[in-house]
Amino acid sequence: MATWTWFHKLASPPHFYRIAGTLTPWLAIPAALLIVGGVYGGLVRAPADYQQGDAFRIVYVHAPSAWLSLMCYTYMAIAAAVGLIWRIKLAHAVAAATAPIGASFAFVCLATGSLWGKPMWGTWWEWDARLTSQLILLFLYLGYMALRNAFDDLQRADRASAVLAIVGVVNVPIIHFSVYWWNSLHQGRTVLKEGGPGMPPEMLIPLLMCFFGFTLMYGALLCVRVRGEVLIRERNAAWLKQLGAPRAA
Amino acid sequence: MSAVPLPKPSTAVAAPRPAQGLGTGLGRAAWLLFERDVRLAFRRWEQVTQPVVFFVMVATLFPLALSPTSQLLQAIAPGILWVAALLSALLALESLFRTDLDDGTLEQLALSGQPLGWLLLSKTLAHWVLSGLPLVLTAPIVALALAAPGEAVGVLMISLVLGTGILSFLGAVGAALTLGTRRGSVLLSLLVLPLAMPVLIFGARATDLAIRGDEPGGALLLLTAMLILSASLAPLATSAAVRISLE
Repeated sequence: MATWTWFHKLASPPHFYRIAGTLTPWLAIPAALLIVGGVYGGLVRAPADYQQGDAFRIVYVHAPSAWLSLMCYTYMAIAAAVGLIWRIKLAHAVAAATAPIGASFAFVCLATGSLWGKPMWGTWWEWDARLTSQLILLFLYLGYMALRNAFDDLQRADRASAVLAIVGVVNVPIIHFSVYWWNSLHQGRTVLKEGGPGMPPEMLIPLLMCFFGFTLMYGALLCVRVRGEVLIRERNAAWLKQLGAPRAA
Repeated sequence: MSAVPLPKPSTAVAAPRPAQGLGTGLGRAAWLLFERDVRLAFRRWEQVTQPVVFFVMVATLFPLALSPTSQLLQAIAPGILWVAALLSALLALESLFRTDLDDGTLEQLALSGQPLGWLLLSKTLAHWVLSGLPLVLTAPIVALALAAPGEAVGVLMISLVLGTGILSFLGAVGAALTLGTRRGSVLLSLLVLPLAMPVLIFGARATDLAIRGDEPGGALLLLTAMLILSASLAPLATSAAVRISLE
């Protein structure tokens, strides 16, 4: 049992508030360094693509956003399930804090995909399978946030939206594959083929840096946002007043 | 409008009106609930007919907005039929739990001692009979009006049986989640539409293949798989959502 005490402590709002506070710079600074390094490597150092020229460079923002928007949804559903099953309020706070971040990543992915589509496909929007399933993912995020906002009572909002997140995460693979199936019937292959020629290291390394940098940035943003959620939820708690509650209203 | 009393879990032997061929347990409770929902719907008939009229009206909009040439209509008929069916199914979802929440029936169900998931499965089936089945029966007329060939009508009906079934199960989750909210109807669409997109894809595809005279088996099998998945999992989520709404 003793081995689990740290875990239970983590689920208590005061401890998490403190830990997240100390953790934030440790996540944010490496994230900033990695993103700056990755973007510099991607925009300046990497050679132009033999097929797409300089236009491919948007991948350094596009691909990490796509990856994180999916990861955030999974993570949100896991946090929601933990909150629903073990009735851990902090897990609900994590799910609530993740949703807007994930939605932003999905939006960034769509916007960069559309910008990328203009030189590549000649249109701002192509009904490409990956873009379309990203769009549906954004809709799922918007539905989740709309449901959460529709309740006055925070606890009911937590639990209802948790059910939705779990239903959604079961459906995400179905939506994904059905969109691919739909797309393969209606359209020839796109420029961006999967399993294409491997990237040379000077292109790949900045991309990996961006992947890790974006993931760490998500961690830092999550810490800040969960601290905000904890402040809202615990605004009448005694430990906050003892803390000299910074601007908890 | 009073609820038919559900049998208590153990002492339902002396119930006033035993249903034939069913025991005294869950099966009977589920049947009574199904029967009650259907009877209530017959007393408020417009609840059943309005979504069907809506379906026909939406389908009428497209020839007016685009062009009445039969070639074009035949090409877009699967899309029109399926989008109209989807919207009409969303409209019908409004009535699934709302009145039962207001008069306390849902609480009675939750307290009845029977597994809520099964009771809600029965309720969802009743809802399908009242909202999905009328669409299935109306669709051939609309399809023929949209210049679809007569041979495709069978596949259209099968795909709609499967698809509206899935929509009823998915929609029940959404309807239960939005019970406790103020502006439920728009929110319900926001929640259910993204989840329903695979149904639209496969349903419209099966109809399209049938209209072109191709083999629609694959799409129909995928729809069947999705129906089985949603029938087995969605009632659990619906019961969890109903319990949250009742708190």
